Amino acid sequence: MVLIRRFEEKIIEVYGLQDMKSPVHLCIGQEGIAAGVCAHLEREDYILTTHRSHGHCLAKGVDPKELYAEFYGRITGCCRGKGGSMHPAAPTLGIPGTTAIVGGGIPLAVGAALASQMRGDSRVSVAFFGDGASDQGAFHESLNFAALKHLPVLFVCENNYYATNSPLSARQPHPDIYLRAAGYGIPGVSVDGNDVLAVYQAAQEAVHRGRRGDGPTLLECKTYRWKGHVGPDCDWEKGCRPHEELTEWMDRCPIESWRKKLIAWGVADQEWYHQLLEEVDARLDLAIKFARDSAFPASTDLYQHVYYEKNT
Amino acid sequence: MPWTKVFLTEDDLKQFAAVEGLRSLSYVAALREAQEQLLETDPRVFILGEGVDDPGGIFGSTLGLADKFGSARVLDIAIAENGMTGVAVGAALAGMCPIFVHMRMDFLPMCMDQIINHAAKWHYMTGGAQKVPLVVRSIIGRGWGSAAQHSQALHGLFLHIPGLKIAIPATPYDAKGLLIAAVEDGNPVMFIEHRWIYDSVGYVPPEKYRIPFGKGVIRQEGSDVTVVAMSQMVYEATKAARELTNEGISVEVIDPRTVKPLDEELIFQSVQKTGRLVIADVACKTGGVGAEIACRVVENVPEFLRAPVKRVNFPDTPTPCSPILEDAYYPNSNTIKETIKQLCRMKTDD
Repeated sequence: MVLIRRFEEKIIEVYGLQDMKSPVHLCIGQEGIAAGVCAHLEREDYILTTHRSHGHCLAKGVDPKELYAEFYGRITGCCRGKGGSMHPAAPTLGIPGTTAIVGGGIPLAVGAALASQMRGDSRVSVAFFGDGASDQGAFHESLNFAALKHLPVLFVCENNYYATNSPLSARQPHPDIYLRAAGYGIPGVSVDGNDVLAVYQAAQEAVHRGRRGDGPTLLECKTYRWKGHVGPDCDWEKGCRPHEELTEWMDRCPIESWRKKLIAWGVADQEWYHQLLEEVDARLDLAIKFARDSAFPASTDLYQHVYYEKNT
Repeated sequence: MPWTKVFLTEDDLKQFAAVEGLRSLSYVAALREAQEQLLETDPRVFILGEGVDDPGGIFGSTLGLADKFGSARVLDIAIAENGMTGVAVGAALAGMCPIFVHMRMDFLPMCMDQIINHAAKWHYMTGGAQKVPLVVRSIIGRGWGSAAQHSQALHGLFLHIPGLKIAIPATPYDAKGLLIAAVEDGNPVMFIEHRWIYDSVGYVPPEKYRIPFGKGVIRQEGSDVTVVAMSQMVYEATKAARELTNEGISVEVIDPRTVKPLDEELIFQSVQKTGRLVIADVACKTGGVGAEIACRVVENVPEFLRAPVKRVNFPDTPTPCSPILEDAYYPNSNTIKETIKQLCRMKTDD
């Protein structure tokens, strides 16, 4: 969680220089979900995520250097500068790529789970998506097919109550997305997405269920993003949402509440936390330096990779 | 060469088969055989689509495959085209080689997000880290009042999208060889069949063979006019060409077989010889494959042209139902003949 938070706060720090030329969709405030779910995943398990993917990729083990370099459009980026912040890929870590079309990744995760089932391997697939994606037909089509075939897939809905600036109440008749699972005869679970332990426990059962061959689970994690839909700034001043709503959720910071619990339980102390912060910051500073020092792709790379070629 | 021949009548074929001693098969049987051999030899291949295991077997093209390979590999699915295309793409990302079958090409607009935004872009967007070996089979319908939503040919739409390949086979030989090549290609391929040529017969080798993408063939050699014809229009153009021989006009018929990539060299060479170009397609005119072919000739080799380029297409209207309106809608060998004669008259007038 700390790595994800600081990774994105560093983007905010450098974004004003205008040389990270990729739209960034920050997940600050939502880190507990990526951390709590990915803790249960093996390297080869699949995740299909969204335009708001930085947290999921880091939690799955992607090197911050490769992400920053990608956001800076460098050849050392995880997509050689072709994808940017919205499309990170790390196939060897179970991230076959990332889509920025809302809801588009959900059936992809189901398809990866179908492949696992056909091959008889024990991989699970996780589809991360927001409440906005649950407006889409692809969400329902995916739940239907995954339930029908008992596929090893975990649908993780990060319900942050806004699709860009449209509140959930303006888009759906019911505030609880997990209830949709009942229509497809699969478990639907709702947890406080800002409580990393609650997410961890709910995801554990869901991942095991998938691995056992018992089928999919819809896990709704209620949460809130602190920043605007896109970019480094917050949007409440523009009238996108009430300030009080934001401050209420900020008081329920997933990292702060977990830190306090660890200290209260005597598992960690303040000094440990400061040391962790220092280590993370040092690693990220090096990663940003690596990215900025890296070369841009040659302009002729424009024409590369439109098609897969067998001999390359 | 037996594999370039188009057989317009059964007598035509019988004569050929008797002489050469070669195996003939229908277009639909060739498609079925290609899929059967792919399923037999590659565990990554599976077929999905609404009705792939039903008694009709997608007009016979998947007949018996579910019985032979099981419902896990020949998978009947819900009518949820976009979501299920996403499932196919996801399986492809995870190393499988799905063949998604649509009984009508008209259902592909339901899948546009997954085909255009996902399948077509993925290899590029990931900097080559991940390929999408997906084949989307779809069938163009025609006639019997099929009307506006069961008879469209939309290859022109897909032509516009970088990252897609498009195969549009006209003969049984090409149907089998291109389908095998498509599945093994590693890229998303739109594989476009025509219902009206499902029963056409021709030489089809029994073994598993591949036809390279981007290689057209000359169906008939000629020296006065080049007709680039696609899909069912290959038959109409060949018929027109044979009939025009009697009128002293020598027509070269070219079948590009894949329109993306397009064998433009073959077309340029032919136009260099004939100086006249007609493009006959099974789709509406505006913004279609014909427009692209004409433009490439004009952009690259304008000096070869001795007359304006002409297109034979469906009119820019939705397909009607009434047989009288259908007759007015669909071009045929006569339409192609008239267009060719018009072009040749232009030359005479010069």
